Amino acid sequence: MKRVRLIARLDIKGENLIKGIHLEGLRVVGLPSDYANKYYHQGADELIFMDTVASLYGRNHLGDIIKSVAEDIFIPMTVGGGIRSVENAIEILRLGADKVAVNTAAVMRPNLISEISNALGSQALVVSIEAKKISSDKWEIYTDNGRESTGIDLVDWLTEVESLGAGEILLTSVDKEGTRKGFDLELIKTASNTTSIPIIASGGMGKYKDLQDAVNEAGADAIAMADILHFNRLTFASIREQSINSKIVIRKHCG
Amino acid sequence: MDNKVVIIDYGIGNILSVKQGFQKIDANVIVSSNIKIIETATHIVLPGVGAYENGMNALNQLNLTDAVIKIANKGVPLLGICLGMQMLLDESDEFGVTKGLGLIPGRVENFPLSILDHEPIKVPQINWHELVPSQSKNNWNNSLLKNHKQNDSVYFVHSFVANPSDEKHKLAEYICGGNRITAVIEKDNIWGCQFHPEKSGATGLNILKNFTSL
Repeated sequence: MKRVRLIARLDIKGENLIKGIHLEGLRVVGLPSDYANKYYHQGADELIFMDTVASLYGRNHLGDIIKSVAEDIFIPMTVGGGIRSVENAIEILRLGADKVAVNTAAVMRPNLISEISNALGSQALVVSIEAKKISSDKWEIYTDNGRESTGIDLVDWLTEVESLGAGEILLTSVDKEGTRKGFDLELIKTASNTTSIPIIASGGMGKYKDLQDAVNEAGADAIAMADILHFNRLTFASIREQSINSKIVIRKHCG
Repeated sequence: MDNKVVIIDYGIGNILSVKQGFQKIDANVIVSSNIKIIETATHIVLPGVGAYENGMNALNQLNLTDAVIKIANKGVPLLGICLGMQMLLDESDEFGVTKGLGLIPGRVENFPLSILDHEPIKVPQINWHELVPSQSKNNWNNSLLKNHKQNDSVYFVHSFVANPSDEKHKLAEYICGGNRITAVIEKDNIWGCQFHPEKSGATGLNILKNFTSL
């Protein structure tokens, strides 16, 4: 059995942790550092921070947040949003992050993936993919936090980013995101059949069973969770307990 | 005498996280590439992420290779992390053979890809794994891993594996796809962790704390 990583995803706008539906209609949840610390102490395996408006304004505002949380949080952290160059990526890693996530800039200029991968190693590069279903077995890639369509097919894009040196895929279903209706299992299944690099499933977790289906039926390597955690509908402790009971292999954590 | 932990800065790896890890456990820690400062350390840390050849080249260019070997041979506790751990060995097969520091006999070799159980192996191996005692060790008393609970996991990111030639220099391993993968090596005053203690939560910070008390 593969080991599944349990990841908290924090979408950030300006100084605030926010949460939307279909990546839109954003509402403020609280301060990112409070939630990041809470998830670290609860036993999250990793944290993902996404600046949701960075592409719109052309810069990432997460620097100060990462720098401050890195003094107290000692698990891997991924930072995405508005990263356009190797220099941007190096700057983010210097602040204490371990990986960067790229989406919009990589769609506009795919060689950004190979440049970052060559400079920092594929283990430091997550390619974030926002996918929207267009027919029963086709998905289209979106950018700018689900705002812009690209006409690019999911399978074509996955094949390209793997060959360019992506280390992991953060796969967000635009259709399911924020709906609490479960993951898009066909999307995850299609992605994990297309590529051998790890797939982090994101978007739609409403209950524990959704996680179990994403892993057992669809082949997810990791699960990114947001509003289910932010609004205390589940805690890492209960997710861990249910994972062990349902024989999903996770990190052993002795607190 | 108070402890003085010096993290060797040779431009490779996420030094800030390692420094913050030591600060969190209230260690007196500084980051330096200056030989004179490194020589005053009570504890030396060699961090590192990335390719073996780049790491050794960077150390050579700063004239730090001989300095590190000399200080280690004087008995000052030395901790290598990730690439820094692999550099403690004689040489590596990563992209051609590169000579290492030669402080612990052994080689760095390809990650084994033969699956001996049902766990699929992905390289780079990016995951949390539980540490188990190596076959030559009965316990971790008085070692870098004292107080470490055997079921506690630590965070690994690597594509190559350190293989000490003498089994007694292995302190801990983890199991991946049924293979035993070296996790911690030790020889006298020299220790190396394949995993990242600075990214392994409270468990990892405890290992940093153990190091400062060695």
